[in-house]
Amino acid sequence: MSPAIEAAGLVKRYGETTALAGVDLTVPPGAVYGLLGPNGAGKTTAVRILSTLLRPDSGQARVGGFDVQRQAEQVRRLIGLTGQFAAVDEALTGYENLLLVARLLELPARRAGQRATELLERFGLAEAGGRLVKTYSGGMRRRLDVAASLVGTPSVLFLDEPTTGLDPRSRGDVWDLVRGLVADGTTVLLTTQYLEEADQVSHGICVLDHGRVVETGTPAQLKAKVGGQTVTARPADRGRLADVAAIVADVTGATPAGDRDGSLVSAALPAGTSARTVLAALAGRLETAGIEVAEMGVRLASLDEVFLALTGQLATAEETR
Amino acid sequence: MSPVRAARHSITLAWRNLVKFRHTPDQLLDIVLMPIVFVLMFVFLFGNAVSGDWRTYLQFVIPGIAVQALMFATIGSALALNTDLRNGIFDRFRSLPIARSAPLVGHILGDSVKYVLSIVLVFAFGAVLGFRTHGSLTAILSAAGLMLAFAFATSWIATLIGVIARAPETVQALSLVLVFPLTFGSNIFVPTGKLPGWLQTWVKVNPVTQLSDAVRALLLDAPPGRAVAWSLLWTAGIVAVFAPLAVNAYRRWA
Repeated sequence: MSPAIEAAGLVKRYGETTALAGVDLTVPPGAVYGLLGPNGAGKTTAVRILSTLLRPDSGQARVGGFDVQRQAEQVRRLIGLTGQFAAVDEALTGYENLLLVARLLELPARRAGQRATELLERFGLAEAGGRLVKTYSGGMRRRLDVAASLVGTPSVLFLDEPTTGLDPRSRGDVWDLVRGLVADGTTVLLTTQYLEEADQVSHGICVLDHGRVVETGTPAQLKAKVGGQTVTARPADRGRLADVAAIVADVTGATPAGDRDGSLVSAALPAGTSARTVLAALAGRLETAGIEVAEMGVRLASLDEVFLALTGQLATAEETR
Repeated sequence: MSPVRAARHSITLAWRNLVKFRHTPDQLLDIVLMPIVFVLMFVFLFGNAVSGDWRTYLQFVIPGIAVQALMFATIGSALALNTDLRNGIFDRFRSLPIARSAPLVGHILGDSVKYVLSIVLVFAFGAVLGFRTHGSLTAILSAAGLMLAFAFATSWIATLIGVIARAPETVQALSLVLVFPLTFGSNIFVPTGKLPGWLQTWVKVNPVTQLSDAVRALLLDAPPGRAVAWSLLWTAGIVAVFAPLAVNAYRRWA
């Protein structure tokens, strides 16, 4: 099957600033693809080009097989867009916002009203539907915004930082929604600064930094590629932390690190090391030393670790969250 | 994009503006108050000075004030559009398969309610003070048609300003620089013959003068001369120049 989204060599400059410095992207149909990167990485610019809002300085992009520049109208028939800032009209009610989009998509009057009501119900806004949007909370606005982008049942949906500024529960709702859409066969391209988010919902991830793709792959591939595996151990008695760290260093041959609250020891497994051998050795040494553990194991590196390894900087997500 | 579809999109977007007026009628306050303030101010401040007595002046000035109120109403439209463009909703419009000009045409169509309202209010308030028309029904309707057509034309200028201005303050500044010479540099308030010679040159070509003359002639049953033809010509000319400029600016705006 041909890709739902494909881009080649996208470049966009704003004066001196290069927002995109040659981005290639391929998203298979029916997948959730995460564009991951810190602020200013070029995520929004990429989405605006792919959704026909912005012309690239060079490069091509096709959505659903249509060229975003020369066949913009056909592309617009296929896509839904939820931008970074809620694209809803505050001076209208929730219902009127959805009705407006439905009428612009040329649904007949009755069908348009039904579609608006359907979507309000699906997004838990049935009761608020008759209220002006300016009275809505941030989470409600975001849900209405996503609902508005779904009026035309798009086959490709762009979500630009869909969970920015939402509380954890609303974020979980958005993730469930994305999973539901994909189950219905929609292709979703979402941008995020949250590594956890990309990991949670994406089939594929493209890591952007300073307008360049620094890595692409599945979450598992990315982790395996750069971070490999990490061995962790948490002593039951915090007093034995130093002893555990020494044993872990000995077994893995790597320098262990503590976590934020300083109760977990972790160390990267050197390439080619067998996880089970290391774990067995670690368990043996802890047994000999008589140290009980609350937690011990081997896991794939987290996306935070991936990002650090790929871009040489910490993801800004932790700071801005 | 077929014109029928483009028209349908524009009408839907005009509906959006109308619904907003219904939800928040206070945004019509300036449209309601401005004509009343203009009429009171000009009739009683300048009436005696210009025409000898304010009742005679009332007959002369009301049609002109209606034109002036329209011009100020278009500034309001430029401001509203400028604020609206900053709202994320225009990104949504631009991502939908609709005519590129529809959001702008919709805005202008929606605001035509304001234009009708301001004309009606000026004449209604004028009538309370004693303004009387001597024109036939056809003449009155023609005058209204001329004024609305001109308002439609100038709102393309307002739209251009609304699209290119970076901030609402810029809209205000640009609009006033445009509207003041057009309205005050016309014969709305003072007959052309009483103005200094150098000013008359400008006043005579000013489209606002032509339109005011045409409306006066139609409503007061006087010979219109070439004023009606000139008004129509100006209206067509302004649309021909500024509608494409505005749509183009909007396309490039991102």
